[in-house]
Amino acid sequence: MSSEPLSTAPLARLSGVSHRYGDVLALDRLDLEVREGDVLTVLGPNGAGKTTAVSLLLGTLNLQTGAARVFGSAPDAAEVRLRRGAMLQVSGVPETLTVGEHLALFRAYYPSPLPTARLLEMAGLQELRDRRFGKLSGGQKQRVMFALALAGDPELVFLDEPTAGLDLDGRRRLWDEIRGLKAAGRTAVLTTHYLEEADALADRIAVIHRGRLIAEGTPEEIKSRTAGRVVRCVTTISPETARSFPEAAGVETKGQHLEVVTAEPEAVLRRMFALDPELGDLTVVGVGLEEAFLALTGDGAGPEGEL
Amino acid sequence: MAVNTARRGLLWHVRIALLETRFQFLSSLRLPAFAVPTLLFPLFFYLFFAVVFQAGGPSLTAPTYMLATYGVFGIFAPSIFGFGVGLAQERDSGALLLKRTTPMPTFAYLFARVGTAAIFGAVVVLLLFLLAGYAAGVELHRWQWFALAGAILAGVLPLSALGLAIGAWAKQQAAVAVVNLVFIAMSVLSGLWFPISMLPGFLQDFANVLPAYHLGQLALKTIDLDLGRPLWFHLVLVGGQTALCLAVAAAGFRRFSGR
Repeated sequence: MSSEPLSTAPLARLSGVSHRYGDVLALDRLDLEVREGDVLTVLGPNGAGKTTAVSLLLGTLNLQTGAARVFGSAPDAAEVRLRRGAMLQVSGVPETLTVGEHLALFRAYYPSPLPTARLLEMAGLQELRDRRFGKLSGGQKQRVMFALALAGDPELVFLDEPTAGLDLDGRRRLWDEIRGLKAAGRTAVLTTHYLEEADALADRIAVIHRGRLIAEGTPEEIKSRTAGRVVRCVTTISPETARSFPEAAGVETKGQHLEVVTAEPEAVLRRMFALDPELGDLTVVGVGLEEAFLALTGDGAGPEGEL
Repeated sequence: MAVNTARRGLLWHVRIALLETRFQFLSSLRLPAFAVPTLLFPLFFYLFFAVVFQAGGPSLTAPTYMLATYGVFGIFAPSIFGFGVGLAQERDSGALLLKRTTPMPTFAYLFARVGTAAIFGAVVVLLLFLLAGYAAGVELHRWQWFALAGAILAGVLPLSALGLAIGAWAKQQAAVAVVNLVFIAMSVLSGLWFPISMLPGFLQDFANVLPAYHLGQLALKTIDLDLGRPLWFHLVLVGGQTALCLAVAAAGFRRFSGR
């Protein structure tokens, strides 16, 4: 899967994007491509920069460094807004209007919206059409936001942590709806910190941590890294140099130690010994995705759920 | 698949603006904390001070005067609360951000808020006029009723701009406090609760920086009860204050999206 020719221009892309909030570097030279027909899952722990990346692709945050294009245009261009839908991480709509009223308003923004009945059905809201937004449960509100994202029958949908705060039942239900989108040929960008969710829905997974892309590929490719290794040692080699190794999937410093995640530990070791014959305290350990992720992210702030 | 519908027609813009207004109005009407005080306070004040208090009084000057000042007071609340609190709330809840991802034109959103304030304001003015005409016995030329209503309702724009400036900067909780403070203090200091001439001289001078003062004087001018400053004086000052509020609001929004 995902073997489309590379000549296909991506529907949306971030190139070399860095973003700062005061002293905090939220994105560090991030490259991200969204290909037509794919569900791209941006996976990472809280604070990894997922929402910042999505906000830049939505044009709700001003770009600082790098480039962002959606459908070949600026992310907030009028024609982009017509072809795109979004479900934001922190979002509500006025509480005193009903579900049906919110849908009517959002449908009016678009030239060929989905029929109201279809939206209600897709989001499982048939019974709640006349209920005021403020009277809904958390999960029901999330489903309304999902329906609003789809109101314009968008070609590209951004879903920022759509299942956050949902119980297991609600999550599974939303997963079915997202699969339905994919079946209908839509492209989606989904952020999550659940590995399980990424695995269940994604055509491609982009793992980001501390604003950097540390792994990217199909779920199979990402999972194949579970056969990978973490090379850990004390060395004079800088993380930047290690990152330039073609075999290095991720590089992190932990105290005195440098950790390199790789599927080819022998090649990485050859390079490292060539650069620093004195390197010491060497360990090479096999990791699962979960462990690789934890190793990369440190401090147990890794993704939740099991693969 | 190229969709070349980015350039939407004028008709589409009008339709969205009206639809936004309709739902904004419905949403505000269903919010008792907004609708009840907005509609009842000015009527209650007028009933108490102009009708009951002045009953059997020597002249109709006081009830006529108060019709203009409580009229401006009546449009003050929906204008400043709609933008000041409503906007801050929608920004904090993320509703505004969501709208920004849609094709909704910003103009439609602003139009809806001003339109909602104008509808509430028009209802208050109509009820005040009925109270004045039938209960207080106020008599005006027919053209004066219309001129007064027009002068009062035109005040929705400058006062909405004031609310916008607050809503663009303050967080929701702070916005409620700031808006209430500005609303009450400015109402008193602009002579909307009692005649400005009852205030000490330095406060009368200070009133020149308050848009509500100029709106009060403009409304009073239609019934020849203003302090006698020229029309252009009030128009220039309230116009400048409105421009200042809009600039402050624009700076607030730039800060918000550059975050």
